[in-house]
Amino acid sequence: MKPFDYVRPATVTEAVAAAAQPGAVYLAAGTNLLDLMKGGISRPDRLVDVTRLDGLDQIETLADGSLRIGALVRNADLAHDAEFARSYPAVAEALLSGASAQLRNAATVGGNLLQRTRCAYFYDTASRCNKQAPGSGCDARDGDNRSHAVLGWSESCIATHPSDFCVPLVALDAIVEIEGRGGRREVALDELHRLPGDAPERESVLEPGDLIVAVRLPPAARGFAAHARYLKVRERTSYAFAVVSAAAALRIENGRIAQARLALGGVAAKPWRARAAEDVLKGVAPTADAFQEAARRALESAKPSGDNAFKIELARRIVVRALTLAAAGTPVRIPALPASPFASTSGAVHV
Amino acid sequence: MNHSISLTVNGARRDFVLDDPRVTLLDLLRERLHLTGTKKGCDRGQCGACTILVDGKRINSCLALAISHDGADILTIEGLARGDQLHPVQAAFIAHDGFQCGFCTPGQIMSAIGMIREGQAGNDPERVRECMSGNLCRCGAYVGIVDAVLEAQGQMDETNQRRSA
Repeated sequence: MKPFDYVRPATVTEAVAAAAQPGAVYLAAGTNLLDLMKGGISRPDRLVDVTRLDGLDQIETLADGSLRIGALVRNADLAHDAEFARSYPAVAEALLSGASAQLRNAATVGGNLLQRTRCAYFYDTASRCNKQAPGSGCDARDGDNRSHAVLGWSESCIATHPSDFCVPLVALDAIVEIEGRGGRREVALDELHRLPGDAPERESVLEPGDLIVAVRLPPAARGFAAHARYLKVRERTSYAFAVVSAAAALRIENGRIAQARLALGGVAAKPWRARAAEDVLKGVAPTADAFQEAARRALESAKPSGDNAFKIELARRIVVRALTLAAAGTPVRIPALPASPFASTSGAVHV
Repeated sequence: MNHSISLTVNGARRDFVLDDPRVTLLDLLRERLHLTGTKKGCDRGQCGACTILVDGKRINSCLALAISHDGADILTIEGLARGDQLHPVQAAFIAHDGFQCGFCTPGQIMSAIGMIREGQAGNDPERVRECMSGNLCRCGAYVGIVDAVLEAQGQMDETNQRRSA
């Protein structure tokens, strides 16, 4: 690991100033950053430790009914907050399907949003990677790419964003609060991550020094609590990233879908909101035919980026399945295997 | 630049001067305190062999910078037994053959203690397996590990109930 300076600012303003310097990065839990640094993938000159900043580890309900989650809240603390899990069950299920218990105890909300892709070529410093060295090429394009993107990718980069947490968050219109050199601003989570285009090294809209201080769920996000699920296909039962995942949330009134929310994970460089699919579900009965049509719409623009055409069909099936599970109703307790198609309580037919 | 930190390790306060901020909690325990019970397996957060409790919660010590944990209360495998009296989870691992080579065992035991404190698994073997998935055992002693965790959890629950009664 390359040597670095370590600073621990006392205030958010000091942190922003310190992190705006070239070569500086924020350190929260470090569960992803330290791994990247040990592998020589990230080589920062300075770590700006934000873990002691006051007031960023609170979960609070605001006057308008929004929920504000501080950026330093640990993944496990959020998922196990009973009120949170009741109100936003798909988010809790997604959190508990991610990583391991040890990592969830450390990893933070803000860090989860900004974690890097797990593309093996990005992690291999001997490979060509346009994220690592812009313009150098992409060895994933002709490499082992069965886990790579099928939506929103470019010739420059076919990596996916690995977060589970972000998938239901983007479905529920989460908003990201950012403190930067110009003061406080906010962006929709859907706008935080950038698609690769010809600049895959620019992964988000954040500028130097920008610090995520909170994630907010708007009041309407609570309205889906009765019919919300996260479903995730992995290559092993637990402690693995998604091959494909989906968050489905429905508001059902008088036997019809008043409103639907749908997002996909593991398919693109960002959590993928499927608005066209949501539109076809509005006002219709929650039937298998409706869910099939929604799945078709959700993957309409998908195309393989390599040996991964299977992910498109898999994603359609996961969408149908997630919508079916959501329509059946949120379980009282998160299944023993959160988000797993193999969970004994999922009411599963085959994937 | 030197950085001073202090930790409570297995109940005793320890002060350190770090001349390099790169040292992880894992390396500090093993190389500065010679507490080598905490194992370095993958060193990348994938195997769980380095699991310790920090402020009562299980984490991967290989992915935790010591400098960022100034003031933390740390419990390692060395801090469990009281003389010859093993912690209930240690005793249960022996009773149920919850290991073969033993390399992953300190991490498994610390993880199990963390899991029992979290109180999410109950006596459901499927939940125990899921909650312990961050600890790999290459010998494949999982059947014994799950049995050991379930038995130890039951004993610790009973003890707690007796204490509170």
